[in-house]
Amino acid sequence: MLNPELKLNSKIFNEDVEKVSNRDGFGKGLLEAGEQNKNVVALCADLTESVQMNHFAEKFPERFIQVGVAEQNLVTTASGMAAMGKVPFCGSYAVFSPGRNWEQIRTTVCYNNVNVKIVGSHAGVSVGPDGGSHQALEDIALMRVMPNMEVFSPCDSIEAKKITLAIAKTNKPSYLRLNREKTPIITTEETPFKPGKAQIFWVPDVGMAQVGIITTGTLLYNALLAAKELEAEGIKTKVLNISSIKPMDTEAIVSLARETKRIITVEEHQIAGGMGSAVAEVLAEHFPIPIEFIGVKDSFGQSGTAEELIKYYGMDKASIKDAVKKVLNRKN
Amino acid sequence: MDYLSPEKIKNLQIKANDIRKSIIEMLVEAKSGHTAGALGMADIFTLFYFHALRHDPRNPLWEERDKLILSNGHICPVLYATMAHAGYFSLEELKTLRKFGSRLQGHPHREYLPFMETSSGPLGCGLAQAVGMALADKLDKKDKERFIYCLMSDGEHDEGNTWEAIMLAGKNKLNNLIVVVDRNNIQIEGETENIMPLEPVTDKWRAFNWKVMQVWGHDFKKLNEKIELAQENNDGPTVIIAHTIPGKGVKEFENNYKWHGKAPSKKEGEMALKELNEFRPQ
Repeated sequence: MLNPELKLNSKIFNEDVEKVSNRDGFGKGLLEAGEQNKNVVALCADLTESVQMNHFAEKFPERFIQVGVAEQNLVTTASGMAAMGKVPFCGSYAVFSPGRNWEQIRTTVCYNNVNVKIVGSHAGVSVGPDGGSHQALEDIALMRVMPNMEVFSPCDSIEAKKITLAIAKTNKPSYLRLNREKTPIITTEETPFKPGKAQIFWVPDVGMAQVGIITTGTLLYNALLAAKELEAEGIKTKVLNISSIKPMDTEAIVSLARETKRIITVEEHQIAGGMGSAVAEVLAEHFPIPIEFIGVKDSFGQSGTAEELIKYYGMDKASIKDAVKKVLNRKN
Repeated sequence: MDYLSPEKIKNLQIKANDIRKSIIEMLVEAKSGHTAGALGMADIFTLFYFHALRHDPRNPLWEERDKLILSNGHICPVLYATMAHAGYFSLEELKTLRKFGSRLQGHPHREYLPFMETSSGPLGCGLAQAVGMALADKLDKKDKERFIYCLMSDGEHDEGNTWEAIMLAGKNKLNNLIVVVDRNNIQIEGETENIMPLEPVTDKWRAFNWKVMQVWGHDFKKLNEKIELAQENNDGPTVIIAHTIPGKGVKEFENNYKWHGKAPSKKEGEMALKELNEFRPQ
């Protein structure tokens, strides 16, 4: 059942569950952050509405910098502004930022350790028809490997807004990963959120869980659907939502692993280097147990609907259920 | 800015020569590093730190200081030596360049030496940071109170990020931004016009809505005049293309790209110091 302590959306399993993109939540959060702090500025590389920076740009035109299609300049200019005490949010598609400008982020943001927020939207295959060139599947790896950088991947629009407001108040380089598609609202305004904390969203009705499902981003929804059906089939699981990939909540991961002795990870990203890899690093060191990884297996995406692509690349409900059964049957 | 008297110019020439001597000593001791650009920029750094720049070595993080961003971080021996001579830290510390535990990293890292405005080394991203700083000052209405200076190399014009920054500064009419380009015509593998021709470099900047000036980079009086003209430009950003001699001050090193990326041996260092010791101001 849904963890009652988290006050999650009670209509989550309804056919007509409300769907909003998490970039929408970011846009609202950025506007609010801008109202709270006049030092918050936004820079965008010709994708203002796509990244939902238009609300901020309309309200605070003087604090909005349009840099054109120039992602390297996007973050280096932001680095200069941060050095002067501004809190710059840089918006583009994740493929271009942090994709194209990785070294600039390394040198001028992380090496300088300045307060720049990189917002990479349209991550994952769920971008859909635009095709593989526009589907970032490597960005978590690119950002989590970087010293000083914090990495966030929200499960829904409400969590995206909370993360945006939270990182606007830290004095640290941060990466916020967003998606294009409208996805189910999972949390509520009342759901507690703390950066760096992972939360159990699904618990067995009674007894101990047999498998821990660790997810990041909007695929949490598929994991919850899978968990519900597995429960009905007699397989008890816990679902852990990791919206803070770095810093990672090691304690929550190890604690879940100790209970279940079996873990699967779920993310809309390359398996190599992503959230699952980060979980594997933690467990290999602290509590080595069998892990199955759900994610893209060393390939690029392609055109299609989000639903078709999520299924084709093995990240749908059925694939998650299969992975749970597989890990359950593994000897070690 | 104060009047630059002939007397003061002589003092600046002597100071720049002392800085060149420090650069040679540092590089010999470090056994690696970049010689030509560092020696070539000694006059410009001296003019800034001993005349043009509003700063306070005793209060390095003074809120109202001008900001000087070094973009081509590999010439940092001249930055470190000038800062030491200006009183930011002891001359003794210069000997730690490139050594384990030193604040004087092989390329500038602000985490180690926070008096610097930025870390640098990877080319082509200093100007954009300066643009960001100038934009921030515009937002805070501090653009009349101080200047953002960026010192960069000619080789950095090969980098796309440089042109992105040039465009953004032109668009936003950043009259609080003044750039000095070290036009020494060399980069690590050879002469700029062979590796990747930059000419007509002044036309290029002008086409991006910058005010462009050229100057002989070893003439303190003319350099200072150009900086003052740049400060008076209310219409937008200014670039001063400063023609310099890479390796300036040591005949053996001058105008030879092979000295871009290497340090003098002990023997070569002694030869260089002998020549620099014979320098007389004009």
